[in-house]
Amino acid sequence: MAEAWPYIAVMAAVTYAIRALPLVLLRREIRNRFFRSFLHYVPYATLAAMTVPAAIVSAQHPLSGAAGLAAAGFLAYRGRSLLLCAAAGSLAVWLAERCL
Amino acid sequence: MTAPSRGDGRRRVHAWALFLRGVRDGLPIGAGYFAVSFAFGIQARAVGLGAWETFALSGSNLTSAGQFAGLSLIQAGASLAAMALTQLVINLRYCLMSCALSQKLAAGTPFWHRWLIAFGVTDEIFAVSAAARGSLRPAYSYGLIAVSWPGWAGGSVLGVLAGSALPGSATNALSMALYAMFVAIVVPAAKADRRVLGVSLAAAALSAGAFFAPGLSALSEGMRVVLATVAAAGAAALLCPVGEGRDG
Repeated sequence: MAEAWPYIAVMAAVTYAIRALPLVLLRREIRNRFFRSFLHYVPYATLAAMTVPAAIVSAQHPLSGAAGLAAAGFLAYRGRSLLLCAAAGSLAVWLAERCL
Repeated sequence: MTAPSRGDGRRRVHAWALFLRGVRDGLPIGAGYFAVSFAFGIQARAVGLGAWETFALSGSNLTSAGQFAGLSLIQAGASLAAMALTQLVINLRYCLMSCALSQKLAAGTPFWHRWLIAFGVTDEIFAVSAAARGSLRPAYSYGLIAVSWPGWAGGSVLGVLAGSALPGSATNALSMALYAMFVAIVVPAAKADRRVLGVSLAAAALSAGAFFAPGLSALSEGMRVVLATVAAAGAAALLCPVGEGRDG
């Protein structure tokens, strides 16, 4: 293995720059309607894209991933808190893996 | 948006109260991070990193996919330029997130806060910040970071030191906490607004499609998420632009 520190420095610098530049450069409210609408939808689109298919294909068994999503989705639909949904999702995965 | 935290709006909430609210909303993030970064620590050790190096890596990067990819490049002895490019591609989604957050920050927030908040723009912290009702105030972000960062940095160090102490079933279950949180943010918003429902379903379908599609599946997961996001949010912005009011 090569010396790790230069790699760590490069990784940290690039990752921080990606995060910081838009926040520092976009100081004013964006007036363009398309771009504003786009940014309005970005969070939901990103979250959905990150969850599907990763939560299912990265689980030990696709069904256990699906069980976790279903439990969280059901509670979220009923308006339960973030913490409860997260705990129920984890518990469902754990139980599903016991059974499968 | 339905929110885990009902922030400011008309009534100003004390900064400490906001910070504590951030800590509370950040707890599932910290727990989920701990599990994922524990797995990262185990892998870092396998590549040959020590506890300090892993601590510095996780503490300064605070990102999962980028770090896992970084490990394999370190192992392969890749060039620093290749490392920079890989990180750029995998983490490009943070650019979209920071753009969105830049519009959500409370008016009159001192400029220097932006440099600090930027450090904590992760998938999960972004998710919770974006869901907070009203505008975003720095104290809330710091509360989220205050519980997430120790979970991430601490978990990876423990992974290096105590590799096999946590059973795999526990790690798997805790990793679901992060996805469950995403679900908990999207579902109520989709229930309240059909446009959001449409965007979310489209993005999920595109992302799943890209995962299985012959050419696109070769892309990194981060890149597939960026493409699905841009396509779904772009289409929605064209088809159903949001009104003039700040209904973000």
